[in-house]
Amino acid sequence: MFLAQSSPYLKPDLNVSKMMRVVTLLMVPGILTATYVFGYGVLVNILLAIVFALSFEAIILYLRKRPVRVYINDNSALLTAVIIGVALPPLAPWWLTFVGVFFAIVVAKQLYGGIGYNTFNPAMVAYAILLVSFPAQMTTYWQTPVMLLSHVDGQTLSLLETVQFQLFSQLPANVTMDALTFASPLSIVRTSVLSGAATIGEIDAQGNAFGVFGGIGTEWVNLAFLAGGLFMLRKGLISWHIPISLLAMLGFLSLLFGSFELDSNPSPLFHLFSGATMLGAFFIATDPVTAATTPRGRIFYGAGIGALIYIIRTWGGYPDAIAFSVLLMNMCVPLLDYYTQPRVYGHKADNDDQEQP
Amino acid sequence: MKQSIKKNQTQQSLADSIKAGLYKLWSFPGGIKLPGNKSQSNHQPITSAKTARQLVIPLNQHIGQAAEPVVQVGDKVLKGQVLGHAHGIISAPVHASGSGIVTAIEERPIPHPSGLSALCVVIDTDDYEQCVEYTPLIRENKVSEAQAGETRENSADEQSITALSNEQINSQIADAGIVGLGGALFPAAAKLHTAEKMHTDTLIINAAECEPYITCDDVLMRYRPEEVILGILLIKKVVGAKKCLIGIEDNKPEAYEALLSAISGYTHAHKTAQTEPQIEIIPVPARYPAGGEKQLIQVLTGKEVPSRGLPMDIGIICHNVATAAAVYQAVYRGEPLISRIVTITGGAVKVPQNMEVPIGTPIRDVLTQAGLNEEKIEKVIMGGPMMGFALPSIDIPVTKATNCLLISEKDELTTPPPAMPCIRCARCSDSCPMSLLPQQMYLYAKSRELDKLQEYNLFDCIECGCCSYACPSNIPLVQYYRYAKNEINNKTQERNKADLARKRHEFREERLEKAKLAKAEAARLRKEKLAKKKALDAEKAKQEEAKEASSDDKSDSTASEKSAANTTAANSADLIQEAIARAKIKKAQQQSQRKNTENLTEDQQNQIDEANERRSKNSQIE
Repeated sequence: MFLAQSSPYLKPDLNVSKMMRVVTLLMVPGILTATYVFGYGVLVNILLAIVFALSFEAIILYLRKRPVRVYINDNSALLTAVIIGVALPPLAPWWLTFVGVFFAIVVAKQLYGGIGYNTFNPAMVAYAILLVSFPAQMTTYWQTPVMLLSHVDGQTLSLLETVQFQLFSQLPANVTMDALTFASPLSIVRTSVLSGAATIGEIDAQGNAFGVFGGIGTEWVNLAFLAGGLFMLRKGLISWHIPISLLAMLGFLSLLFGSFELDSNPSPLFHLFSGATMLGAFFIATDPVTAATTPRGRIFYGAGIGALIYIIRTWGGYPDAIAFSVLLMNMCVPLLDYYTQPRVYGHKADNDDQEQP
Repeated sequence: MKQSIKKNQTQQSLADSIKAGLYKLWSFPGGIKLPGNKSQSNHQPITSAKTARQLVIPLNQHIGQAAEPVVQVGDKVLKGQVLGHAHGIISAPVHASGSGIVTAIEERPIPHPSGLSALCVVIDTDDYEQCVEYTPLIRENKVSEAQAGETRENSADEQSITALSNEQINSQIADAGIVGLGGALFPAAAKLHTAEKMHTDTLIINAAECEPYITCDDVLMRYRPEEVILGILLIKKVVGAKKCLIGIEDNKPEAYEALLSAISGYTHAHKTAQTEPQIEIIPVPARYPAGGEKQLIQVLTGKEVPSRGLPMDIGIICHNVATAAAVYQAVYRGEPLISRIVTITGGAVKVPQNMEVPIGTPIRDVLTQAGLNEEKIEKVIMGGPMMGFALPSIDIPVTKATNCLLISEKDELTTPPPAMPCIRCARCSDSCPMSLLPQQMYLYAKSRELDKLQEYNLFDCIECGCCSYACPSNIPLVQYYRYAKNEINNKTQERNKADLARKRHEFREERLEKAKLAKAEAARLRKEKLAKKKALDAEKAKQEEAKEASSDDKSDSTASEKSAANTTAANSADLIQEAIARAKIKKAQQQSQRKNTENLTEDQQNQIDEANERRSKNSQIE
């Protein structure tokens, strides 16, 4: 008897572990840029998140009597941890990361059945829960972007001081929280425009929200994530449907509304290159487990996220909206997948209606 | 170096012809780029296999009913002699591929995914290679000698083809036992007959050969292009197709050129006759599974074969190049399908090659001739690495279906690691050439929701393996679909059986009921007859009495007649009463008898049981 197995007998060298690892590696340019702009807190966050995530994953897998090593090696917890680390405010205290990773890995992922079975994007569940539970820490612990330091007379921390602050909440004697942190471009636009305090032109004149083409500081981070994302597209790691439709919808809506009221609407470029737009479009919304799978479904899914981002940013209660938009569209996935089934070869287009109950 | 230049030129000309807009090509969704692995086996001419000591020829090498054996153990058979006749409409005869003595007609293991055995004719060959006398329909031209006068000879060929009737050609094809050699194994004559009836206007010849490793069609076209073209002309004639398209993947420039030069004579002849070109050779982009029948039709014509339908439903018939060559051999040489070209390749074979192998030759013999490192074998695959199946042993025969023997060594093919959970990445559905949703079908197959699977068009799956190939979680998706299809087919069969049984039962009940009624009716009629007879007898007696009396008193006769009628009525009433009483007694007796057997002592019961047992044993022995 020779080795028997069902065809096909050819298989490329591709597996989930490798895919997740490559995606994680392609986040590195964005991470390094974010570290340059926002300080060492970004790296500390990521490191802490990885340690917490792998520990939680291992413990839960052990409790669920699953092969720990096999599932740890799929690198999905690693990717979730890195996304959480980047998404959290750079000066987040360690327990914020801890709580976030707990909800991501234990609740949103493993309690739903582990990799492949979770309905909601674990990293975004973490972010949403933290944002709702700890709004102060989540919105104000953003370190002043390096470009604004001289402009607003800000202060910065060394690596050691950052670690000390994040682990023990100890600031150096001459540093104040006010000087250390600064509101993000999105929240400046959000609060000023909503309260009618300033028009877009006036904000621009202040020079602390708009950078060269996007949000000050964040534009470079977004650009770096865009580069990583385009590389993923080129390598075929993700399909174009979700990121392109997301960015197109966000750009279209900001162009549409921006052309009516220039005073209260920032440009499409600002929307595309501030906050977590590029990170969200290429690395978060494309999470395969929780996204739509049919070609048309993926387009609707991406466009839906894009639309929700614009709506929440413009009229909602939060400056950025990736997490809520992704979670809301996660809920629509079964529906989208069901109603966007492609026409099968040899079937008539109107056959679809007959097949649906 | 020379070769590469030539190849470049050929590819250039291919590209030119596409650029020139001669052919409009369509595309199919999904598909994957695969490493070809064809160069190992396609660089040398076709070799021929030595005659094996023993040939094992299965009687069912086609779709449909198995051939009916017409030889007996001990018979001497000649090469080309019929071993089994076609049985039924969809069937094909089977011929001896060597001369010798039939030593057995029995179940032998055959190359089949299930590993089943089937009825085979076993021939111990002699050394004489005696052949039956073949009766070709057209005398073969010596193609090689006619370099200069090719056009003339070819047009002569064409004339002789047009001189034949469709019935002649088709019965020759049927008698030759030709089946679809591309893998479908459908009896060719039955297919052509249907196509002819359905006014099929396009003949598509599948020369794509998209699976890696397989090169048997490639070398056939390179080294015997005339046979292919003449076979195609014959098929085209039978079908009555207006145009013929040969679809060939653009990774076979040599085969393309060979076909092109073989065809040029005909095209020339036709240009002078001012008709549109008969046969077009169309290079299609090499992307697996471009050679799938449905995909090739889509690429060449932009049409789709309806779900659960046939290409003929849209006026298309598809045949493989190897089938065309077999048709040529049947018509021009009168030779039945007793051999086929087999690609022998893989790391465990010393000299990968294409070999013409008599049907029934043990695979071991073939491999030995090609140089086998038996200790290096990891897998033995019949067919290609995408759709073939693993053979449990090499001691089984080559059949009409054996297009490729892929003998892999360690690490040549993949043994996938254990499957991980599906992460819904949609790589499977992105690669599906049928636009199915493998990820959904996988979920339903796993949870055995067979209805849902059919809703997701499971039966449109062509099992090409693209989804399994693309899956990063190493889920053997196609295996799930094969299993589910089987399961559904079995269920349907069971349901049909149950339906049939129920119908039979209902019919039986009805019949019994009718019989009962008829019996009752007959009994009633009998009784009436009896009563009438008795009444008549009584009347006669009365009349006789009356006659006697009439001598005394004639005037009394009317009165006596009246009383006679009364007695008749009374008599019949009595009879019915009697019958009822008898029936009651009988019933009572039966009941009492039943009671006898019911109130048995234990001893008596044991005795009866023993007797019953003995009886059943006896019947078993009988």
